[in-house]
Amino acid sequence: MKVEAKPTQNTDMKPKTGADLLVQTLIEEKVETIFGYPGGAVLPIYDALYRAKDSFQHILTRHEQGAIHAAEGYARVSGKPGVVIATSGPGATNLITGIADAMMDSLPLVVFTGQVARGVIGTDAFQEADVMGLTTPITKQNYQVQSISDLPRIVKEAFHIASTGRPGPVVVDIPKDISANPCEDTYDNSFHLPGYQPTTKPSPLQIKKLSDAIAKSEKPIILAGAGVLFAKATENLIGFAEKHDLPVTTTLLGLGSFPGNHKLSLGMAGMHGTYTANMALYECDLLINIGARFDDRLTGNLQHFAPNATVAHIDIDPAEIGKNVSTQIPIVADANEALIQLVNHAKESPNHYEWHNTLNARKVDYPLWYNNPQSEMIPQWVMEAVHKVTKGEAIITTDVGQHQMWAAQYYTFNKPNRWVTSGGLGTMGFGFPAAIGAQLAEPDSTVVAVVGDGGFQMTLQELSVLQERGLPVKVIIVNNGALGMVRQWQESFYDKRYSESLLSVQPDFVKLADSYDIKGMKIETQEDLINVLPEVFAYDGPMVLDCRVLQQENVYPMIAPGKGLHEMIGVKP
Amino acid sequence: MKRIITAVVQNRSGVLNRVTGLMQKRQFNIDSISVGRTESDGISKMTLVVDVEDNQKLEQLTKQLNKQIDVLKVSDITDKAIVARELALIKVVSTSQLRSEIQGIIEPFRASIIDVSKDSLAIQVTGKPDKIEALIDLLRPYGIKELARTGLTAFLRGHQPQASELASFSLLK
Repeated sequence: MKVEAKPTQNTDMKPKTGADLLVQTLIEEKVETIFGYPGGAVLPIYDALYRAKDSFQHILTRHEQGAIHAAEGYARVSGKPGVVIATSGPGATNLITGIADAMMDSLPLVVFTGQVARGVIGTDAFQEADVMGLTTPITKQNYQVQSISDLPRIVKEAFHIASTGRPGPVVVDIPKDISANPCEDTYDNSFHLPGYQPTTKPSPLQIKKLSDAIAKSEKPIILAGAGVLFAKATENLIGFAEKHDLPVTTTLLGLGSFPGNHKLSLGMAGMHGTYTANMALYECDLLINIGARFDDRLTGNLQHFAPNATVAHIDIDPAEIGKNVSTQIPIVADANEALIQLVNHAKESPNHYEWHNTLNARKVDYPLWYNNPQSEMIPQWVMEAVHKVTKGEAIITTDVGQHQMWAAQYYTFNKPNRWVTSGGLGTMGFGFPAAIGAQLAEPDSTVVAVVGDGGFQMTLQELSVLQERGLPVKVIIVNNGALGMVRQWQESFYDKRYSESLLSVQPDFVKLADSYDIKGMKIETQEDLINVLPEVFAYDGPMVLDCRVLQQENVYPMIAPGKGLHEMIGVKP
Repeated sequence: MKRIITAVVQNRSGVLNRVTGLMQKRQFNIDSISVGRTESDGISKMTLVVDVEDNQKLEQLTKQLNKQIDVLKVSDITDKAIVARELALIKVVSTSQLRSEIQGIIEPFRASIIDVSKDSLAIQVTGKPDKIEALIDLLRPYGIKELARTGLTAFLRGHQPQASELASFSLLK
């Protein structure tokens, strides 16, 4: 039988479909970049995107996990919601890690998943997965579109919910018949969310309480978290800290919310934070938490966390206040609004000479440290070298593990939104795709993906995207031939039984990069790295650096699991 | 401690899943849960009886519930003046000889027989959970074939005593 291809229809003649409506709403939401991967259930959506291809850049990653981590990186750096499209079933389940990651780290995402047609939902149809059931515990909100007239409203709600209050991921599950069927030109898209009215203005009473506490405090400290970054409150945080002479420490995700090189900065606190910051949290009499959630990796053993302190907690999410640490001064507010009120509060506060003297002496006596035999590549030194060459202005993305901690410790962040890491969920394979998203959000910035050899191998297929889009991301593989943090814990807590943590077989990362037509270099000595780094960052294109670092190097100082803030080990002797 | 918590929610698919899911995720024990429509269109009300360890956990529970986008209002009404009722259906083994005896037992409970068969009786009883427990205990010797309970539903009485008369529980103390 002879089959003749029908002439393609004139696109203008086609009746509008649900997918066109979706695309139109995305345009109204000012979406510029979409990360995604097509498949059966989203064919109508991709067809509509094809018709509207001048309105967006669609980044075709090589795995849905790459798409969602890229969207997270994009959201973290740009402050705008990252938009992801994936197909039903496996497409949607491949997004799960990224959705959970965004939930933990409060990143705004709007995720569209295809679904089988409404008529066959619940019949175990081909590529059907219960997206609502799967994503309910890891989303701020999720929707399955049941009627085409709801679609524009749901999409608007999704963007609103994802990007306001405490940001988070929102999933919109779209059955194929909804996106494929013809529909009206417009529908009412106004929405009203009586159950979602985030409080942004602080209560004046609580602000006064905190101001009074500051005036009385002898050993105050500010703990700044990612909430400061989401609220774009860095400037007011600096003003507030300077006005009241308050030392500032940050969480892992809060790095950059306060300049690391400021004289009031104590560096990062927590499991691998600085001795000064952790001891200050231990000894303080007033702890002002701004936009952090008292994660266990920060607090250590809760019994020894700020035992003598009055705790004030500023958070836009009331459920975070009092969750882990009992709080005497709760302030539900946007961090910036609260800081404006605090700065304006006229009360003068005393200088804390003695306190600062103690802290400054510790900064000098017990800084972050490592032994640096020049014959070996020491990972901490690599981070410092990268900092020097990039003048501390690069956007750094990481996975989870040793390299993440070294980057956090030794790449001092002096500006906000330069640090993209998987903090809460601790996702391997996050850093590299996140760098792609970060680079797309800021095409003119230097973006460095600092990854481990383990994590990189989880998502390295996205090298295709670097090449395809000509993104000048620099990938630095901190290659110790091991799952470093697992190896370190096995060394310290499991009598050096290195169970399945040493990677004896590795690809040749230089050849691998080469196969994607990307420049790759293997770096084995400090001298090599020093020589090559200026060239690397002058090069306007992607590059992969395989840095062979000392396998036995460990992350210190450290609060061992179950220990308190004051029980750090590996502090500079 | 047992607490009675009501949540007014948008009547949307998935809300019940979200609420029970978060209870499970945060390790709260649900004793009973009842859900139904309210006087307003599109609005449902859930009555939860939960067992929580302490006030801090309780505060966390109400905050987590409140955080859900489709949850409009959460109240812990345990210490308020409330009317709380539960309905139970009890099928008891009973021959014709025993019927009047059982009738005599249930009468003070203002329960009623709603179905009779050759060898069993179905009894409907409404009241506070402890009243229902008491009736079940009395009927147990006859042999309970089947038991179904709705879980508690409750709301505030029209008149609330002044705050000073109440050992009220405050979230922000």
